[in-house]
Amino acid sequence: MLNARALAAAALTPLAANAQNQINMPTGVSDAGVVITELGAEIYGLHMLIFWISVAIGVGVFGIMLYSIYAHRKSRGVKPSQFHEHTGVEIAWTVIPFFILVAMAVPATSTLLEVYDNDDAELSILVTGYQWKWKYEYLDADGENISFFSNLATSQEQIYNTDVKGENYLLEVDQPLVIPVDTKVRFLITASDVIHSWWVPEIAVKRDAIPGFINEAWTRVLAEGVYRGQCTELCGSYHGFMPVEVHVVSQDEFDDWTASKRGAAVADATLATQELSVDDLMARGADIYNASCLACHGAKGEGGLGNAIAGSAIAMGGVDSHLNVIVNGVAGTAMQAFGAQLSDVDVAAVTTYQRNAFGNNTGDVVQASDVVSYKEG
Amino acid sequence: MGDHHHGPAKGLSRWLYTTNHKDIGTMYLWFSFAMFLLGGAFAMIIRAELFQPGMQLVEPGFFNQMTTLHGLIMVFGAIMPSFVGLANWLIPMMIGAPDMALPRMNNWSFWILPPAFLMLASTLLMEGGAPAFGWTFYAPLSTTYAPPSVTFFIFAIHILGVSSIMGSINIIATVMNMRAPGMSYMKMPLFVWTWLITAFLLVAVMPVLAGAVTMMLMDIHFGTSFFSAAGGGDPVLFQHIFWFFGHPEVYIIILPAFGVISQIIPAFSRKPLFGYASMVYATAAIAFLSFIVWAHHMYTVGMPLAGELFFMYATMLIAVPTGVKVFNWVTTMWRGAMTFETPMLFSIGFLVLFTIGGFTGLMLSIAPADFQYHDTYFVVAHFHYVMVAGAVFSMTAAIYFWLPKWTGRMYNETMGKVHFWVSFIGFNITFFPQHFVGLAGMPRRIPDYALQFADFNMMSSIGAFIYGASQLLFLYNVIAAITSGKRVTDEKIWDGAEGLEWTLPSPPPYHTFEVPPTIEEQPAH
Repeated sequence: MLNARALAAAALTPLAANAQNQINMPTGVSDAGVVITELGAEIYGLHMLIFWISVAIGVGVFGIMLYSIYAHRKSRGVKPSQFHEHTGVEIAWTVIPFFILVAMAVPATSTLLEVYDNDDAELSILVTGYQWKWKYEYLDADGENISFFSNLATSQEQIYNTDVKGENYLLEVDQPLVIPVDTKVRFLITASDVIHSWWVPEIAVKRDAIPGFINEAWTRVLAEGVYRGQCTELCGSYHGFMPVEVHVVSQDEFDDWTASKRGAAVADATLATQELSVDDLMARGADIYNASCLACHGAKGEGGLGNAIAGSAIAMGGVDSHLNVIVNGVAGTAMQAFGAQLSDVDVAAVTTYQRNAFGNNTGDVVQASDVVSYKEG
Repeated sequence: MGDHHHGPAKGLSRWLYTTNHKDIGTMYLWFSFAMFLLGGAFAMIIRAELFQPGMQLVEPGFFNQMTTLHGLIMVFGAIMPSFVGLANWLIPMMIGAPDMALPRMNNWSFWILPPAFLMLASTLLMEGGAPAFGWTFYAPLSTTYAPPSVTFFIFAIHILGVSSIMGSINIIATVMNMRAPGMSYMKMPLFVWTWLITAFLLVAVMPVLAGAVTMMLMDIHFGTSFFSAAGGGDPVLFQHIFWFFGHPEVYIIILPAFGVISQIIPAFSRKPLFGYASMVYATAAIAFLSFIVWAHHMYTVGMPLAGELFFMYATMLIAVPTGVKVFNWVTTMWRGAMTFETPMLFSIGFLVLFTIGGFTGLMLSIAPADFQYHDTYFVVAHFHYVMVAGAVFSMTAAIYFWLPKWTGRMYNETMGKVHFWVSFIGFNITFFPQHFVGLAGMPRRIPDYALQFADFNMMSSIGAFIYGASQLLFLYNVIAAITSGKRVTDEKIWDGAEGLEWTLPSPPPYHTFEVPPTIEEQPAH
C-alpha cells in the first residue's frame, strides 16, 4: 500500500499556485456582482442568518461563562452561593429559544418550498451516476437525445505527483455538462450501480443519485460561466475522482453546442461504417482507456481493482470473448457493460488498444464493423 | 475491612472469571483505550494522506478502509465501551449497591467484545480488504458492491449489539432494583440518570441495527433484495433503518457525557448543580426526540416535502433541551468558587466546544441549507466537535476525576493540565478549519482534493498529529499514577465532590456497600 515512488515524487513536485482559500459557503453571487442563482443566494442568506443568531447566543453564553470563570474563582476568595433552582428561569430559557427557532423555521420553510418547486422546466437532463463518472442525457421531445459520459480529465501523473497539478485539479472533466443561461433546467438524477450524489456548490444543487429511483432537482443559472462540483456520497474507491463541471452559456452558444453534439453522433455513426487505420484506432483507444478503464485496470494494464489486462488471457485470447467482456460486462463484479456506454467505434478502438498495448502485441485490429456484427450475434 | 471480605483471585483467572463490577469496569476502560489508540492510528493515516493534495501514502481503496474502520472502532470500540466501563465502576458506588444486578452477564458482555473487534480488525488482512463503505455502510455499496470481508463485519456488529444490549439490561436492572433505601429516583446522581435513559435507548435501537445487518446478510448470501432496487427492494430503506438506530446512537454516546459533566462542574464550582430536575427532564426530552429526527441525515435522498419539513422542525426542537443543559451548567458555575484542576478544564473545554458543535448542528438541521452542507467536511467538523470534544473530552475528565478514587493515587496535575491545553489546541487546529473547507465545497471521505483546500487540510493534519500525540501523554500520566502516583487517603479527594462514591475509602475495597448506606436528607447530586 505504501507508494514510496509517489512519495518521493511528491517531495520534488511543486504545487501549482493555490487558489484563494475560501472559508464560507458560495454566496450565490459572482465576483462581478451578478446573482448566479436566486436560490443559491437565498440559501446563503439563510445560512448566514442562522450563523449570526448562533454567534449572538454564543457570545452571550460564553461571555457569561468567561466572566464567571474570571470573577467566581476560589483564588479570589469568593464564597460559593448555594442556590440551585429557579423555575421561572428554567421556563424562560425553554420558551425563548423555542420562539427563536420558530423565527428560523419561517424563512427555512419558504426556501425549502422553492427547492422543491420542480414545475415548468424548459429543459430536462437525466443525470446518471456510475462508478466513477457521470452520464448526461438531454431529454428531447423529438427523441433526438444527446447523451454522453463525463469523466475526470485530470491525469494520473498529476494525481501521483509526477506532474505539476493544474488549476482545476480533480475538478475538470473531458466533456462538461452544458446548459443555457436563464433557463429553468430540471435534473432527473439516478444511478446505475451504487448511490452517488450530484453537487455543484455555486448553483446550490445537491441530490442523491440512487439506483432504481429518480430524484428531481432544478436550477436557473443567471450568470454565464463554469461551475464545478463533485460527487458527495461515498461510492467506492474513486469517489473522490468523479467531478461535475457545468458550463453555463448563452442560448445561441447552447444551440451551436447541441448541433455539434448531434453532428458528432452522426460522425461516429459514419465512422462505424468505415475501416480505420491501426494508428487511428490505437490513438482513439488510448483516450478511451484512460477515461474509462484506467481507474480499475491501471495505467499500464497492470490491474488493481480490476484484473490485469497486460498479458491477460482475455485480452490475448479470442476477440469475441474479449468483446463479450467489454460489451456485456461481467455480472456480479464491478466490470460494467460498456456496450451501452461507448459507441461501436470506441469499443473497437479500446479493444484494439488493449490487444496491442502493454506488451500484449497480438497484432489484432478490431473495426467498428466487427463490433456491430458481434453485437448482432 | 473484615476478614470475611474475599479479595480478587490471582492471575489471569481474576480477569477471565471476574463478576466484580470494578474489575469489569477496569477491563472495559483499558479495552476502550486500546481501541481509541487503534482508531486514532487509522485517523493518523487518513490525515497523513490528506496532508497534501495528490496521492502519497495509500491507495484510494485503502483510504476508504481507513475511514470506515476509524469510524466503526471509535464509535463502537472506544466511546461506547468506555462509558459502559465508567457505568460499571460508578453506578453501584453512586447508588449504594454492592455490585451490578447481573454480574455473570456483566462478565459475558465484556468478554465477547475483544473477539468481535479482533474479527473486525482481521478483515484488513483478508482478500479484497476491510470494509470500505464508511461507518454508515449504505447499501448497495455495502451489499452488492462490498468486499467479501463484509460478512465478518456483519458478525462483528451482531456481537457488539448483543454486548450492548446485555450491558444495558444490566444497568437498567441495577438502577431500578439496587438503589440504597432512601435513594429515590429524583435523588440519583445525574450520571446515573443519564445512563438509565441511555440504557433504554440502547435496548430500543440495537435490535434495529441487528435487523439492518441481517437484511444485508440476506441480500449478500441468500438472494433477497431488501436493499436492491433491481429485485424490488429499496436502497433508501437501508438508510431509514440505519438512522433509526444511528440517531439515537449519537445520544447514546453523548448522554452519559452530559452525566459526567453534571457531576464534575458542581464539584469544582463548590455549588450544587443548578436545575437538577430540569436536567433530568431535558435528558428525557432529548431521548424522546432522538427517535423522531433520524431522516435529517437524509435530506438529500429525495424525501417528499412533508417529510422534509417534519424532520426539520423536529430536529430544530432538540436545540431547546440541549440549550437548557448548557444554560444550567453555566448557571452552576455562576457565583460558585471555582478551581481549575484537570477534570474541570476538560469539562469547560467540553462545554465550549460541545456548544459550538450544537450550533453547527442547528445549522445542519435547516433542510434547505443542508443541501449545501450535506456530506461535506462541515459535517465532519460538526460531529467531531460533539464526538471528540463532547464524548472524549468528558470521558477524559471522568478519568482524571475518579482515577484517584479508584486507585488511591493521584495523577500528575501539571501533566494533566498540559494534556488539556495540548488537546484543546490540537483539537481546534484539526477540526475548526474543516468547517471552512466543508463550506467551500470539499466532500467528506475523499482521499485527494482540489488545490483550494490544500492549506486548511495541511493545518488540519498538523493539528491531528498534535492531538494524537497528546493522548500518549494521557496514557503515560495514567500509568504513572497507577504505579507510582502520590497516595491519597481522603474519602473526599475533591473538596466539592458530592455523592456516595466519595464516602468510600480511596481506593475502595474490592467489595463495597455490602450493607446499604443511609441516605441523608441532602440529595446526592
